[in-house]
Amino acid sequence: MITLDNVTLTFPDGASRVTAVDAVTLHGRAGRVTGITGPSGSGKSSILAIAGTLIRPDSGRVIIDGVDAAGLSRDEATALRRSRIGIVFQQSNLLPSLTAREQLQVMGELGDRGARGPRGVRRAVRGRVDDLLDAVGLSDQADRRPAQLSGGQRQRVSIARALVREPRVLLVDEPTSALDQERGAAIMELIGRLSRELDTATLLVTHDLAHSAALDELVTVVDGRVVDGAAVDGAAVDGAVVDGALEIR
Amino acid sequence: MFVAWRDLRFARGRFILIGAVVALITVLVGFLAGLTGGLAFQNVSAVLDLPGNRLVLQQTDGKASFSESELSENTVDAWRSAPGVDEALPVSILQSRAQAGGKTAGVAVFGMPSGDDSALGRMTPHTADEIGLSTGAAADLDARVGDRVSIAGTAYRVASVGGDLWYSHTPAIAMTTGAARDTAERMGGSGAATVLAVSGDPDWDAVAKATGTAAFAPLASLTALETFKSEIGSLALMVVMLFGISALVVGAFFTVWTMQRSGDIAVLKALGATTGSLVRDALGQALVVLVVGIGIGLAAVVGLGALAGGALPFLISPLTTIVPALAMAVLGLAGAAVALRTVTSADPLTALGSNR
Repeated sequence: MITLDNVTLTFPDGASRVTAVDAVTLHGRAGRVTGITGPSGSGKSSILAIAGTLIRPDSGRVIIDGVDAAGLSRDEATALRRSRIGIVFQQSNLLPSLTAREQLQVMGELGDRGARGPRGVRRAVRGRVDDLLDAVGLSDQADRRPAQLSGGQRQRVSIARALVREPRVLLVDEPTSALDQERGAAIMELIGRLSRELDTATLLVTHDLAHSAALDELVTVVDGRVVDGAAVDGAAVDGAVVDGALEIR
Repeated sequence: MFVAWRDLRFARGRFILIGAVVALITVLVGFLAGLTGGLAFQNVSAVLDLPGNRLVLQQTDGKASFSESELSENTVDAWRSAPGVDEALPVSILQSRAQAGGKTAGVAVFGMPSGDDSALGRMTPHTADEIGLSTGAAADLDARVGDRVSIAGTAYRVASVGGDLWYSHTPAIAMTTGAARDTAERMGGSGAATVLAVSGDPDWDAVAKATGTAAFAPLASLTALETFKSEIGSLALMVVMLFGISALVVGAFFTVWTMQRSGDIAVLKALGATTGSLVRDALGQALVVLVVGIGIGLAAVVGLGALAGGALPFLISPLTTIVPALAMAVLGLAGAAVALRTVTSADPLTALGSNR
């Protein structure tokens, strides 16, 4: 479960400040995929950055699995990100020197200190690698490096990497932007299925509503605000705004 | 080290290149250090073998020098009678030529009382008509025990051969104090002792001031050898410059390498990697490259140095191998540490978006 409660974020712009996120409130529920859409520059990536503790908002609360992340120090935010948040990047962002299997194994090598210690985390992560590679359909590609995989395969590895530590929250940034329609649909279906299977609260930023069927909810953002509107850039969505979130019918 | 090992494997061409550069610099440093050590040994080993806690030299115009020091009988007596002095051993040092059979060689003649436990003391004969040859002198003169060796017009019987002792790049020969004084006088000198090897715990500064002398710890006395200072000074400068170059090369490589990886570092941070784990990864990677490169270089130095030792004054010892290797590793790591700024300052926020 993730909740952004009345969150505002501003950036310096010369002598003044520009508001990127304006009093946004939204909820990501366990086992459901919440889409965040809007035109370019609307603030949807900033919302994702706030949800991922990559940037601290000026005001408001960010509740992740019961913890208010808005007031955490940088190290505490890193630890929270490591233990409870999975991130799928727009460009997959796989490490070129690692094979698909190692892309997942590296998640057990991030400098954990807690009660389970680095060895416990490493063992737990390694125990899940093969199952997740199987779940994303890449068992037979496990020993290939990113350069030897297709764009869709790289994005599948990225999804498996984000889920290998069993995060409570999954953040997905434009996962289909570099893929064709068919592969994009497959990725969206995969994210929806794994979110439900692993009971993960997923926030998914997209400007492409062609795959909106894979979403459980959709939030539309314009100029940093969640707006009451069914159409963005000409794409029609059949839904209604509930508590600031547009629920799809 | 999870990513570091895999980067080493993935980009092995680049790492082999930088490892080869480190190995080559190690070879250069090792050879220079070995040569410096060998030359130093041939310059001062006999001086460092002298007995006593301090070596006393006569000061002239406020400066003490082995080549100009002449200690009068009064000065020697003053040191001997100073409170706290257990023993004061006068040693004469002359540089001359020696002949044996058809061979002629430059030698350093040390005149001192026999019976001392040092290598020089063991070389020193009991009678004035005998000499002891160091192994270097025996080799240069092709002389053995019982042969006759002529120095400054007088022939001496070789009483012993042994001890690898040198002074100012000439092999040492030992004779009694009286024989050395006679030899010096035949060569036009005063026959006075050059240096006093003093044992005990006197008020060194007070006695030295009262006698117009300078009392050096054995190692510090080498500053009174002009040739040693200039020779070692220039070689040591080259070694230091190579250390600097090593740190610079390793630092530059890892700075560029880490900057190329800054995107990956931002991704790892976004995924939750601690800065500490990334720093350990980066430094561990540098350490692997340094250890392998330095290890290969060191093996080459020891191997080639052993071969070159027959033709060159080359010293293989921990001081000329292990110490420079450790210095290179430390300086290389310091250079690599410069690259850590890229690691610590990488912003995980840059992993989001499409501009990577």
